[in-house]
Amino acid sequence: MRIEKDLVAAAATPLVLGILLDGDLYGYAILKRVGELSGGSLQWTDGMLYPLLHRLERLGYVTSLWATSEVGRRRKHYAITDAGREQLAERQAQWTVMADALRQVWQDAPRPAPPRLATGAEGWA
Amino acid sequence: MGLDADLEAQVDRWRGYVQRRQAIAAADVDELEDHLRGQIDDLLATGLDHDEAFLVAIKRLGNLDAVSQEFAREHSDRLWKQLVLVPDDSDARTPAWRELAVVLAVAVCAGVAVKIGFSWSEGGTGLARNLGLLILPFLAGYFAWKRRLTAPVLAALVASVAGLAVLLNVYPFAESGSTELLAALHAPVLLWALVGVAYLGGRWRSDARRMDFVRFTGELAIYYTLLALGGAVLVALTVAVLAVVGIDPEPVLGGWILPFAVPGALVVAAWLVEAKQNVVENIAPVLTRVFTPLTIVMLLALLAVLATAGGLGTVDRDLLILMNAILVLVLCLLLYSISARDSLARPGLFDMLQLALVIVALAVDGVMLTAMLARITEFGFSANKIAALGLNLLLLAHLVRSAWLTVGFLRGRTPFSALERWQTRYLPVYGLWALVVVVVFPLAFGFA
Repeated sequence: MRIEKDLVAAAATPLVLGILLDGDLYGYAILKRVGELSGGSLQWTDGMLYPLLHRLERLGYVTSLWATSEVGRRRKHYAITDAGREQLAERQAQWTVMADALRQVWQDAPRPAPPRLATGAEGWA
Repeated sequence: MGLDADLEAQVDRWRGYVQRRQAIAAADVDELEDHLRGQIDDLLATGLDHDEAFLVAIKRLGNLDAVSQEFAREHSDRLWKQLVLVPDDSDARTPAWRELAVVLAVAVCAGVAVKIGFSWSEGGTGLARNLGLLILPFLAGYFAWKRRLTAPVLAALVASVAGLAVLLNVYPFAESGSTELLAALHAPVLLWALVGVAYLGGRWRSDARRMDFVRFTGELAIYYTLLALGGAVLVALTVAVLAVVGIDPEPVLGGWILPFAVPGALVVAAWLVEAKQNVVENIAPVLTRVFTPLTIVMLLALLAVLATAGGLGTVDRDLLILMNAILVLVLCLLLYSISARDSLARPGLFDMLQLALVIVALAVDGVMLTAMLARITEFGFSANKIAALGLNLLLLAHLVRSAWLTVGFLRGRTPFSALERWQTRYLPVYGLWALVVVVVFPLAFGFA
């Protein structure tokens, strides 16, 4: 299953902040964690992670620190800040509302039509 | 890590490619490289071979244009490359602050030297003769510190400056004689050559490094002008305010601020040029593109005026001096446009313009030489005339060979580097000529 780009983009910030909640990580490790958590179905362009991390840093949600990796490479580690935790809590609340609403809609409504019949709705979408 | 040489080369090439993106700073490239290498290691562990691992890792990193655009969105300021004089990386802080301290100390020392020179000379011509000596050795000192000169080079520099200082002050120059004026004019050239030796860190044989010094000189002139303009605005506003209040700023301004600010700004400008080397695009190439065509027009106009002005023998002496200055300026323009050009680029329109500039300058130089020879046959030799004649002959040789090599380059017969080499190899000749004018001329013409 491939998840739509916009949805990935919307989920990226809470996902990264949530992963950092468990402890400091560097970029590649964050991506690996994302892959593990989603069973590999949540893939995003690796390079895009870094502008996102820099934006979170500018907003004050994470801080970064250069360290040396076990093989001697320069490596930038990110850690969540208090502002980041607040932000994460807020996003969590938003996503919970969103997920609840979606679940209710889907419980009341019939399952979506199979793809074969959906072609008629394409123009409408 | 056990990456083999081939893979290392591939990563290096990728790094070079990414580094060219303005929006991606060097630290970000480090970060991306760490990511890429981590990814490659993991892929190798799953059994892919080196090429496959590299390709997959690059592919996962994403389209570089898109990534770089994303970086640009986050760091739009980077498109205006920022000059970081004192980086706030905690590990690099000490040397940067130390350098700033050294720069300020050197600037203050130069100011003190000029101030002392002012009070000793009491308005005599001795100050004009020694002005270069009061400022430029400090600049050389900054580079000696920065480049960590070896003891022999340092000793040679100190001995040269000391020798020049002794000569300029021991020679019994006649009151307002022309040899004194010539010495005063040529001593800074000589000192600038010594600054060059310090700048090159003693590696003055290297053509590439010499070209760096040419670039440095051009950028320094621009930075110094900018600092001077800024300073002038500041001083003018202060003077205006003080005048309104009724305080005469002249004693403090002339006696203290200018003697310190003028030499100090030179040292600070040198430091700025050093610091920004790789950060900001050089402005000299832009200016040369603007001014090369304009200078061609100016020289053509001058040629027309000279041609219609009548007998060359009657041409005014001041005019000859002015024309000499113009030719030196043209030469600087030529040097900077050559120093700024990508030596691998194909011949283009601008190279033809440059050739036109050289040819017009040659024509002007030819007219000047004829006029000078006419004056010499009419009035006989004098120190001034020989100095001007010598400089013109040097310029002639420089320009003729430059024109020849440019033609060769336009026809695809000689590489551009030959033209570059000719400039850098010829430059010391001007230093030697300055040495002759300062040392030999006063003796030869009896200090008149």
